[in-house]
Amino acid sequence: MNTYAIDLSLKPTTFDLWHVCLAGTVALLSLILIVLLLSLVIGQIRCRKKSASLQAPPAPEPVVKIVEVEKLVQAPAPEPVVLKEATPDAALQLLGLLQKEARFIDFIKEDIAAFSDADIGVAARVVHEGCNKAINEHFTLATVRNEQEGSKITLPQGFDAAAVRLTGNIVGAAPFTGTLVHKGWQVIGIRLPKLTAGHNAAIVAPAEVEL
Amino acid sequence: MSDLPDHMQPEEDVVPESGNSPAQSVTAEYPQDGKRFSVGIDLGTTHCVLSYADLDNIDDEAFLPQIMAIPQLTSPGLVEEKHQLPSFLYLAHEAELAEDSTSLPWVAKPDYLLGEIARNLGSKTPIRLVSSAKSWLCHAGVDCKAPILPAEAPDEVKRVSPFLATTAYLQHLRDAWQSLHPNAPLDQQDVVITVPASFDPAARELTVEAARAVGLGQAILLEEPQAALYSWIEKSHGDWRKHAEVGDIILVIDIGGGTTDLSLIAVTEKDGNLELTRVAVGDHILLGGDNMDLALAYTVKAKLEKDGKRLEPWQIQALTHSCRDAKEKIFNNSEVDNIPLVVASRGSSLIGGTLRTELTRDEVSRVLVEGFLPQVAVSDRPVSRPRTGLRTAGLPYAQDAAITRHLAAFLSKQQGATDELKDINLPEHASFLHPTAVLFNGGVLKAEALAERLMDVLNSWLSAEQAPEARLLAGADLDLAVARGAAYYGYVRKGKGVRIKGGTAASYYVGIESAMPAVPGMAPEIQALCIAPFGMEEGTQQELPDDEFGLVIGEPVRFRFFASHTRREDKVGTRLDYWTNDELDELDEIEITLPEEGRRPGEVVPVHLCAAVTEVGTLELQAVSQKDQSRWKIEFDVRAG
Repeated sequence: MNTYAIDLSLKPTTFDLWHVCLAGTVALLSLILIVLLLSLVIGQIRCRKKSASLQAPPAPEPVVKIVEVEKLVQAPAPEPVVLKEATPDAALQLLGLLQKEARFIDFIKEDIAAFSDADIGVAARVVHEGCNKAINEHFTLATVRNEQEGSKITLPQGFDAAAVRLTGNIVGAAPFTGTLVHKGWQVIGIRLPKLTAGHNAAIVAPAEVEL
Repeated sequence: MSDLPDHMQPEEDVVPESGNSPAQSVTAEYPQDGKRFSVGIDLGTTHCVLSYADLDNIDDEAFLPQIMAIPQLTSPGLVEEKHQLPSFLYLAHEAELAEDSTSLPWVAKPDYLLGEIARNLGSKTPIRLVSSAKSWLCHAGVDCKAPILPAEAPDEVKRVSPFLATTAYLQHLRDAWQSLHPNAPLDQQDVVITVPASFDPAARELTVEAARAVGLGQAILLEEPQAALYSWIEKSHGDWRKHAEVGDIILVIDIGGGTTDLSLIAVTEKDGNLELTRVAVGDHILLGGDNMDLALAYTVKAKLEKDGKRLEPWQIQALTHSCRDAKEKIFNNSEVDNIPLVVASRGSSLIGGTLRTELTRDEVSRVLVEGFLPQVAVSDRPVSRPRTGLRTAGLPYAQDAAITRHLAAFLSKQQGATDELKDINLPEHASFLHPTAVLFNGGVLKAEALAERLMDVLNSWLSAEQAPEARLLAGADLDLAVARGAAYYGYVRKGKGVRIKGGTAASYYVGIESAMPAVPGMAPEIQALCIAPFGMEEGTQQELPDDEFGLVIGEPVRFRFFASHTRREDKVGTRLDYWTNDELDELDEIEITLPEEGRRPGEVVPVHLCAAVTEVGTLELQAVSQKDQSRWKIEFDVRAG
């Protein structure tokens, strides 16, 4: 078995390839560190300038993420990206309504592999009818495009890219002409029930006990 | 009266304004006590609807009644706004619902659960559900202020009275209004509450009293079929004169969720203007759309049982629900011949325990069209089985489900209803009153098959007597017409548009013992003394000065009380020695107690009777002392004991 002794008084006498590599890496890393620190400082200064001109909120969130800092270097002063947090209450409420009217959770949680298509069809009627009722009662739905599916439509310049999605051979400039594959759906009215203070939306279906 | 399926979609144009919109901004310019809205309340057997219209800009073209979306609990913890408030009240057990899960926008913990949540909870726990409170109000022989509902509740459940239930519905509507119109209190608006035309004086009085109990002392009453006609007039925007002509007799058929109400309105002319007069109303028939759904459910149940499947009560309940939806689909799509019915299991396993059957077009038309609207002759009468001696306390539901037979009986009975109107000429040989136009109301008649059958039957009677066919007055909104018409009535009372002349729908009599020698073993003969004639207008009164009654101070005195829907010619003071069962209906007794007020108990005070129809629309009977002109009110609501 080899044993290694540590002797700090020893000095290398030759620079081999390994040592050259090591020195290079150290130099590179220190360079990157300097660049990062510099960009951080520049970013801070710009931010401060901007917030001073707006007289608005204190320094943004804690150290955002390194990734964003790098972005700052490429495109100076972008808006901080704020992702909307979906509130769980409305989602739970919708689940509750679908379960109440359509037995939605019951249907999804059931293992349907063991049943015949006919049996599943019978249950699907319950679910379809109930979902239809619940959705119609609480939402007003409309199509995004009124044209026939399969027909040719032309999108002018500045069309709403959130409402119409382009696929396939996307080249050139607007107006775009293409085939309407799906007419799209949009909710134009929403009537969700209001919740009382004591309501626990997480209980999408209470257990039922008959006395 | 309205019977609307649950999935009814609110229309965009009637969505009410939210709390902070025009109502508030307008109020800044108006004094707080300025009346601004005409509010119509349809206090239905199965649903309540509130309609309102701005009275500030009174202009015939601009009358736009809106339907208030009523916030209500739909299940524990959920508050939704719906155009109808189901007339159900649920008496929850204290352990049944979680804390804070029953609050409404205006109250943290309401006394009673009502509306959609009551119907939902009650469908699984019927012993705690109060329904059809309105029908109890005009149920002879029960004390409407006694806690009797739910009739089947175990002793432990604290029951409520039909009166209290009615009050609770009105209170909910008032509070809902207040929360949506904080600056226009409902007690400062013109409020019209509709009642069935067949409501007796006691039931009308109770309705007004319920309104007074929630602070709506200014509310006035309107008969539902009249409200339906007002709504039709309002919707025609002045065109109604083209669709109605002098000599018309309009038959209003109102088939709601729980009751069927019939009225006749004559079109006459005076000084070149068309006039409308309500000439007759039918009996209170407890028969409606709910009976139809139940009939279908039992048909399907019988079919399932033939296949050896037993149904539990909850399954029948679920079946009734799906039958209602299936019935509407079959009626609305002529190409659909059968609708699958599915009753899901109660457990979380949906696929295994689901019961499947179907409802066919044949069954629907056999059970509903032939069962409820059979093709009968106008000489047919509703079949009535003698009531079994011991009936459990319950509502007197119609024994014959055939609405056409009830209609035949009504039209034959009212043959002479238009004798006094010179504009209306019935042929000599007529065996019933010939209507020339028909107006439908009530959700049931949205089904074209039913509406057509009803017209066919009526027209077959008419053509058998060589009379022209009756035409259907189109354009009625069958679900919301009563509330809308009630709101329009508030506007008519401001002197706009045409007003239907009505007055009392019956003449009223008290029973007095005739002066003759007593015969052993024979009850003394009773004479009926007319105290209020047919068609007394609101705000009038009639005195009966000659007939003196002696009333004993401090002791309650009771009179037998009768009403007649057919004797139009009787004047105040007319004495009837003999009458047929058809002519006079006995109502509950009326009672008067003379307070002592400085008189000696036991003293006999001679009085005469005075009948008045109040502006509100209720009948008021008073005893007037001959000597000092003091007056005592005679009470209708003495049904207890």
